[in-house]
Amino acid sequence: MSDITMKKLDEYRWIIPPVGGMRVPGMIYSSDTMIGGIGSDESPKQVSNVAYLPGIVKYSLAMPDMHWGYGFPIGGVAAFDLKEGIISPGGVGYDINCGVRLMTTRLHIDEIRDRLHDLVAALFRDIPTGVGSKGSINLSFSEEKKVLKEGARWAVNHGYGTSGDLLATEDEGTMEGADPDCVSDRALERGKQQLGTLGSGNHFLEIEVVEKIFDEKVAAAFGLERNQVVVVIHSGSRGFGYQVCDDYLARMVKKIGKLGFLLPDRQLACAYFDSDEGRQYFAAMVCAANYAWANRQMLMHWTREIFERTLKKSPRDIGMRLVYDVCHNIAKIEEFIIDGEKKKVCVHRKGATRAFPPGHPAVPAAYRHVGQPVLIPGDMGTGSYVLVGTEKAFSETFGSTCHGAGRVMSRSRAKKVSKGRSIRKEMADRNVIVMATGKGTLHEEIPEAYKDIDSVVDVVHEAGLSRKVARLRAVGCIKG
Amino acid sequence: MTEMLKVTDRAMNSKPETRNPKLKYRVFDHTADLGLEIYGTDEKDLFLNAAIAVFDNITELDHVTAQEKRHFTVEGSDREDLLINFLREILYMYNGEGFLLKDCYISDIDDRHVVGVVRGEIFNPEKHRIKTEIKAVTYHQIEVEKTPHGWKGRVIFDV
Repeated sequence: MSDITMKKLDEYRWIIPPVGGMRVPGMIYSSDTMIGGIGSDESPKQVSNVAYLPGIVKYSLAMPDMHWGYGFPIGGVAAFDLKEGIISPGGVGYDINCGVRLMTTRLHIDEIRDRLHDLVAALFRDIPTGVGSKGSINLSFSEEKKVLKEGARWAVNHGYGTSGDLLATEDEGTMEGADPDCVSDRALERGKQQLGTLGSGNHFLEIEVVEKIFDEKVAAAFGLERNQVVVVIHSGSRGFGYQVCDDYLARMVKKIGKLGFLLPDRQLACAYFDSDEGRQYFAAMVCAANYAWANRQMLMHWTREIFERTLKKSPRDIGMRLVYDVCHNIAKIEEFIIDGEKKKVCVHRKGATRAFPPGHPAVPAAYRHVGQPVLIPGDMGTGSYVLVGTEKAFSETFGSTCHGAGRVMSRSRAKKVSKGRSIRKEMADRNVIVMATGKGTLHEEIPEAYKDIDSVVDVVHEAGLSRKVARLRAVGCIKG
Repeated sequence: MTEMLKVTDRAMNSKPETRNPKLKYRVFDHTADLGLEIYGTDEKDLFLNAAIAVFDNITELDHVTAQEKRHFTVEGSDREDLLINFLREILYMYNGEGFLLKDCYISDIDDRHVVGVVRGEIFNPEKHRIKTEIKAVTYHQIEVEKTPHGWKGRVIFDV
């Protein structure tokens, strides 16, 4: 149990007053029913630890899906001054640019209901999934470096998708500032065989159906309608991102003593943004972010092909269109109004999604009148939410909202409680066809291991950090 | 590694002081991922058991043959940092090139250096099964200490 004092500020916000070395207060978005669970792990302490870091602006923030993470909590958001502040690999996470993309189709669920099993089986067979899975392409180091600089654009230039896809991707699938020379040979080695693979753990590719529309106008702008078949992909930068994070953690831990302030946890190892280490980590992190965008772009391309092949329909009839692609593990330089003045800061989102308001230039032109699409995946087979960004998030949380359901049970605990159960059958009883590579994956990923996605989304909706647009229900799922 | 003993939750509650002296490690539960508590008669034994424990979780060690060697020299700023860097090195052998470790020999160790060699073979999907993908070793709650009954280390891994 955490010994942190949390004071209720209003219906959805709890503040951690600054004590000890905290430079700013902590702020947790939650609800009366969820806050009890939040207090039971060390994550409030982690919110407080982040507030110790130099250059932190306004608050150390946490979203309602907050749970324990390495160093920074998962669901944590913190912005740092570019001159006096830090950048931290632990504030981004191991899986750099882990993210979600949503594609709509012209298909109605009734049209494909009897083909669903074939579709899931084809996706499972043809999309590389699972532990250490290798893709169908093996990159040379020099080609891999191009991926790191160009991101999703590299994939499109190599025939995986169209330039229209790029317009519907955060940062158009290519983040500026990548420098492959800041990446170790080890990271390149881990990355070269894994491009175009889904991975294991909580990553998935799901066929879902638009079940409910909350906001007709915004849903129409995003191209969503009831009973439409859609696809959600949740994946990241694979072993490449892990190695980048680990390499820089090791380097930064070595220099902790020279930072000139006390670090409450080694896993919070960081460097001043305006330093060689800081700049190099950022440049390497951008490489990983671009790798992840290329990865999801390729996974989407194959999904399109598999739909066409299995359903024997033309691309036009299927009409698989990318609605948006968001990342939820990243550090970015963004501009906000802080204390009445425009200011650029380095925003860390670790298990948090950008949620920019209508009119913001970073929102694709097609959605600028309504706001940025926000994609929130639920636990296995539950479905997902589509939300839209708001002004309130922009002014309160550095344009950020939640990222998912949030784990409440360790993987080993989940395995223990689900021992002897057929999770595949349980999912089938809920009308979700599930196929997974790993024996233990389904057990580790049982729905009870996660917070209830509806409650998490209700908090961000009611608190105004994003608004509900649609709820999607899973019908088919492949996992690693 | 047939003598390797893995324990269930009930046995895990027994204090290390009263543990089976043959026990080389146990798994402890952690909200995040995989926690390993590793034991050793001395520091060398602790590091050796840590390497074996990692691969005992990754694969079925009985199916791994000691065919190839990999030498390692690892440095750390203190004992905890050294254990983490050592496990990083060992873990990369699998994550980087698919090398599965069977056994480990340490020729030299102090608080800041460890030198040795591991033997094993490259992953072969027809022969080996991967049980858990261990993606990274973390600094979270890292502990290395000398107890009245030998050495003990606690490490949490991201899986």
